[in-house]
This record gives sequence, structure tokens and C-alpha cells, in this order.
Amino acid sequence: MNLFFASVQRDLLVHFRHPSEVLNPLVFFIVVISLFPLGIGPEPGQLKEIAPGIVWVAALLATLMSMDSMFRSDFEDGSLEQVVLSEQSTFTFVLAKFVSHWLLSGLPLVLLMPLAALLLFLDEAGVWALTLSLLLVSPTLSLLGGIGAALTVGLPRGGLLVTILVMPLYMPVLVFATAMVHAAEAGSDTIGYVYWLLAILFGSLCLAPIATAAALNLATDQ
Amino acid sequence: MLQVLKAGCERDGRLLFEDLSFTLAPGELLQVVGGNGSGKSTLLRVLLGLYTDCHGDIEWAVDKAPLYLGHRLGIKQSLTVIENLRWFGVLREEPVKEFRIDEAVYKLGLAGFEDTLCAYLSEGQRKRVALGQFLIMDNPCWVMDEPFSAIDADGLSFLMAMLQEHLDSNGGIIISTHQSITIDRPINTLALQ
Repeated sequence: MNLFFASVQRDLLVHFRHPSEVLNPLVFFIVVISLFPLGIGPEPGQLKEIAPGIVWVAALLATLMSMDSMFRSDFEDGSLEQVVLSEQSTFTFVLAKFVSHWLLSGLPLVLLMPLAALLLFLDEAGVWALTLSLLLVSPTLSLLGGIGAALTVGLPRGGLLVTILVMPLYMPVLVFATAMVHAAEAGSDTIGYVYWLLAILFGSLCLAPIATAAALNLATDQ
Repeated sequence: MLQVLKAGCERDGRLLFEDLSFTLAPGELLQVVGGNGSGKSTLLRVLLGLYTDCHGDIEWAVDKAPLYLGHRLGIKQSLTVIENLRWFGVLREEPVKEFRIDEAVYKLGLAGFEDTLCAYLSEGQRKRVALGQFLIMDNPCWVMDEPFSAIDADGLSFLMAMLQEHLDSNGGIIISTHQSITIDRPINTLALQ
């Protein structure tokens, strides 16, 4: 438990001192979103129609940007092999990594969501559905992405490979999340989608840390 | 504290060592020597279980996992000297007392750098921070891969004293280095071709 809290605290401290890794994906997110009204034209009806898709794709890409660095610095400076060597479980360390990654990349995206939705003329129901869906999905994105990040941590340029590995896993979440926003805008019930997203979240919460810890043990085995 | 029986390791199609048997008893120092690329670092990693593509029996009889100083120091650039030392303690689940950390910082000649980010330290100073883990904890066995590189003359004599003290308190040390170790204790040497 001590390792868990100390590790979260350490990650927050490191990123607080060098915030660029955290800020880059967020700036990217806002830039991508704000380009669409310029490219497509400021037609509220048209923008509102495609808004959930745009916001979601931008959020996915922004998350993927932050994914590659999740374990890289720990691997390169040797912290990771010290974790493996110590008799504490890599699993706890991985859980802490997921929590800090979500706090630093998922949560800020959720907080930026209302702003992004405003840029695209979403109405109130749409904004709420979008924010709620991202809140439910962003931990899943961190969890699934962590597997890819851990598998590619030993490779010199793993960035693109993470995207290829992780994208297929992101598809179901993307489908359910955009469908949920469309349903909310149409005024129909969204609870079914919430259940689905929660199910995927808990499923990945059970499996992703095990896979990630195993991948990290493999990465240090050299 | 360590018994190795017929250990062998092949890497990238090259045989690094084969049929290697040795023991390490409390109060003993084992120096691993050999040319560049002879497999010294790999041997240490094999002993620690960090590299598993090998065969043979490696049995540790210690109550705490050995401390390890590798080529990758385990030092975070954007943490301060003190924060890095505390992290070593957290990893090993040792309730490290603050006075031991202060003492280690002083002994390692890092006084005045306590709150400096490790990114601003020199290579030798960073190595000293990594060596600090051996001073703040009481693990019986130390495994050190090239601990003397980038360390100056003062640091070297301090390190020798540190090794001597650990051996005197019945600890075991495995070291890979080209440097000659000047302590008044018998040194076992293991040469790799």
C-alpha cells in the first residue's frame, strides 16, 4: 500500500516539475477540436451532428499520445528493474501507474470536455452525455493503453506500434460512447450504454493490470 | 548466502559462461572480472533473476532480496537527491529513518545537494546517489555492477571503506569491476573469458 501511494505521489511530482508531457496531449486535443469548425464551416446543425465523433476521436488520439511515455522513463532510468527486484509486486506498481496516468491524462480531458462541446455547438444533454461517457471511458483507455505501452517499452521507438496494438481494443468503447451521446441528444434512454461502458471498464480493470505487469517483467528480462 | 551450481548462459548465439559453480558466504567478497562483453553484467543479472534465459541452479539464502546497482542507476532525473533515496527505501519496504538518509547524503559528499534535482548533478554524483541505497538499508547482500566508474579518488577510498564495513558486519558482496579492490579481506575472483 505504501508503494502504491508513494508511486502515485512520485509520478505526480515528476510531471508537475516537467508538465510538457501532460500538457502536450491536452493542447493537441483542443487544437484538433477547434480546427473542425474552421474546416467544415461554422454551421451549428452540421457540427452538432458530427460533434460526438470528432470529440471522441480527438480524445482517443490525445490519450494515445500520452500512452508511450507511461513506462518509458522508468524503464530507461532503471527504476523499473529496481521495482522488479524488490520483493514488492509489480502489480501494485502498475496499479499506481494507471491511477497516476488517469489523473494526469484522463481527468484533464474530462474537465476539458464541456469546453470542447461548446466549440461544436452541442446542446446541454449532449454535453452531459459526452462528459459522462468520457468519465466512464477514460480509465478504460488508460488501462488498455497500458498493455501496449508495457509491451513496447523495450523498443526504441514504440510510439506507432502502441497505436496499432491498442486501437483495436479501443474500438468497442468508441462505438458505445458515441452511440450514448447520440442517444442522449435524441432524448432517449442512455442507461444501457452506461452499463456497457461500466462493464468494459471493470473487465479491463480485472485483466489489464495483470497483462501489463507480465509485460513489464518481460521487458526487464534482458 | 548464495549457491550457484552449473550455471550457464548463452546470448545472441554466443556462449557467455558454462558450468559455473561458486558460493558466497557471509563476510565474503566475490569480484567478477573479464573483458568487455565477457558477460559480467549478464552474470549479475542472472544471479538476481533479472535475466532468465539461462540454466543451472541459483539459490539465495537471504532474508531480504539483495540490493543492486546496475548500469541503469534507478535514479529519476526530475526528483531530488533526498526524494530518490526515499524511493529506494519505499521499494524495499524499509521504514528508512530520515537521519540515515541525512547521514548517507553527508557521507557520500552530497551535502548541500539534498534538494537539487538529479538532472543537475554530474555523472559521478548521480552514481553516489545510487550508492546511497546501500547506506540507508541493511540488506545482507550487495550486488554492484561497475560501482567505481565515474567516481573520483576521494569517493573511491570511501567506497572501499564502505565495502570493508559491510564485510565486517558479515554481509556478502558481489562486484563486477576492472578496478583492483583495496581492502584487507581475502577477495574471491571469478574470471569470465
